[in-house]
Amino acid sequence: MSEPLLKIDGLTKTFHVAKSASGNTRLKALDGISLTVGRGETLGLVGESGCGKSTLARTLMMLETPDEGTVSFEGTNPFGLRGKELLGWRRRVQMVFQDPFASLNARMNAGDIIAEPWATHRGLYPTSREREARVRELLHMVGLRPSDARKSPQEFSGGQRQRIGIARALALNPDVMILDEPVSALDLSVQAQVLNLLNELQQELGVSYIFISHDLTVVRHVADRVAVMYLGRIIETGATEEVFDHPRHPYTAALMSASPKLDVTGTRRDRIVLQGELPSPLDPPSGCRFRTRCWKAQDICADLSPEPQVLAAPDGTKHVAECHFPLDSIKGLTGATAAAMSTATAAAQSTATAAAQ
Amino acid sequence: MKTATDQAPAKRSRAAATAAAAGTGAATGQAKAHDVVLQVRDLAVDIRTHRGTVRAVNSVAFEARAGETLALLGESGCGKSMTAKALAGIMDPVCDLADGEILLNGTDLAALTAKERLKFAGPELGIVFQDALTALNPVYTVGTQLGEAFRIHRGLNAKQARVEAIDLMKRVGIPEPESRINSYPHQFSGGMRQRILIAMAVALNPRLLIADEPTTALDVTVQAQIMQLLRKLREEGQMAVILITHDLAVVAEEADSVAVMYAGNVVESGPVSEVFADPRHPYTKGLLESVPVHLERGARLKSIAGSPPELHDIPAGCVYQSRCPLVQDICRAERPVLRPVTSVTGTPVTGAPVTGTPVNVPSGTEPRPARTAACHFSEEINNV
Repeated sequence: MSEPLLKIDGLTKTFHVAKSASGNTRLKALDGISLTVGRGETLGLVGESGCGKSTLARTLMMLETPDEGTVSFEGTNPFGLRGKELLGWRRRVQMVFQDPFASLNARMNAGDIIAEPWATHRGLYPTSREREARVRELLHMVGLRPSDARKSPQEFSGGQRQRIGIARALALNPDVMILDEPVSALDLSVQAQVLNLLNELQQELGVSYIFISHDLTVVRHVADRVAVMYLGRIIETGATEEVFDHPRHPYTAALMSASPKLDVTGTRRDRIVLQGELPSPLDPPSGCRFRTRCWKAQDICADLSPEPQVLAAPDGTKHVAECHFPLDSIKGLTGATAAAMSTATAAAQSTATAAAQ
Repeated sequence: MKTATDQAPAKRSRAAATAAAAGTGAATGQAKAHDVVLQVRDLAVDIRTHRGTVRAVNSVAFEARAGETLALLGESGCGKSMTAKALAGIMDPVCDLADGEILLNGTDLAALTAKERLKFAGPELGIVFQDALTALNPVYTVGTQLGEAFRIHRGLNAKQARVEAIDLMKRVGIPEPESRINSYPHQFSGGMRQRILIAMAVALNPRLLIADEPTTALDVTVQAQIMQLLRKLREEGQMAVILITHDLAVVAEEADSVAVMYAGNVVESGPVSEVFADPRHPYTKGLLESVPVHLERGARLKSIAGSPPELHDIPAGCVYQSRCPLVQDICRAERPVLRPVTSVTGTPVTGAPVTGTPVNVPSGTEPRPARTAACHFSEEINNV
């Protein structure tokens, strides 16, 4: 792959909150996020609530200003742009929201909702005739009828509303679409319709997707690459099959394992059930952030934050995990095997980290 | 396991007395595994709206067995939560129980007055809701709310109820119960709040636990913890669990049998392993095919065209006709009833003979509920 379309490097965002139990008022929502998104690629972003997925999406939409780190979009840093150039950049990154009931203005009809972005980006379709034609075209692209333009949002079902939200995002011909849980509010049968639509649109238009979801089954279906977030950090990235079939970070393995599977063979899987819950992002644990829930944690995990490690993936793709004791690539490990393994890897790892310092 | 069994008779005594007082003569002590605890027949619920009365639940029938989980599966608006509320007797004032029997250990709850039913809420039947924050009262401590069942149904004083509440919190895995008992609901995380809600539902060891989307609002790692807890409690108390969900994977992993609902009707029911492996209603088949599994990434998903009918506008004939690929004239004319369906091998799938089954028998040997489907073309469904 040539130069990625979007390159994020060391993005950090801290919020100041009134007061927390520990007296800490700095909430590090993003803590050194680095990612790339290629042209026409789908990057799946998974993680539990509060891990920073939405803050990352908002920062990429320039709704938040990062404290540190850079965003490079075809080599330009959008945070350095002003005026017309900034407007031009904003056109190229658009977002589809989770809740199709809250994200459409109930006082506007569908056609006006889809056309509204052009009120800001005036040059795109200057005449009303062009705008009307384009609205019809967009409605057709998302599988709605031209006559639907005059209906108001409450006349549509949830799935149809989400189609309107997608049409609005497409109105500016973006290069990147950030899809924030685009199908989680939809019923299963409708969810499949919308996923098919997104897939067709991507093939037709070559747009890149950042697909945020907590539903691992859906992410596995749509994403080319996956990034797993935990407490403001990306703890594992890699090609979708590779990450799902051979998770290397214990958190990824636990997440995959906890996600229910539609398997009716009747064998109950040996499941990794993590103890405890997500620590407060106000008081993240020292060292590795996952160590409080990790069954492989050693002393080093509390002392030293693990660096991203590039691990060998059998299919030659890049697989990165932030862990002192990454799981064996053969198979996600559980309990006893993991414990037995960890002693050996601990020795190897501590030498490696010592050498690195 | 042992301790729960030992305690059960003592804790049950009052519950049994209430049941007897209500004129049931229900058996005392713990229900035996796989005994039928709840039988629902022809249940119908009407909603009065400004556009007229609509039927939200229509001739729904199923049974729940001790120590087993029955899943009510369906998409939003299919009537699954309405069914749960009708079972628990907590319907909205605009809803009426129009028809049917709800036999809980032989007592027809549908025939009782609201006041009589109160005696069953707690000792016989517990319910867990989806959103734990709205289900808990924000102005009382969790200790007060957990102790309420013991004060009302067992006549304990505040001090005794507190001891029971701490015991309950331990049972559902809330750390440091002695200090946390004085906390308010908002001071707990989502997973812990759900545990508190579950604790309230199982406080008096009910025979039937209704869990209405208990993990939908939770993250997947916490969902796994809550499901593990529900399994543990079900086994300890040999409760019958009715799990209401829209998630096929949760049904596949947690339930023994399933009733699939569509537009207020049960369209298919039977053991999960059979229904999911060989669906006999086109809706069930369509749902299963909508899940993105076993597919090449990005491959086109099969989806069900259209959307469910409005309650105001349920067609005569089959409720699924507008979305069904198999629809024929008979489907528009005549509503199919739930009827036994035959398995792949051609023999009717019926219940195995009920014998003195030990607890935790491996699946395959336990008595099976019969497989039913409400479709004119159940037999031909796999030929298309």
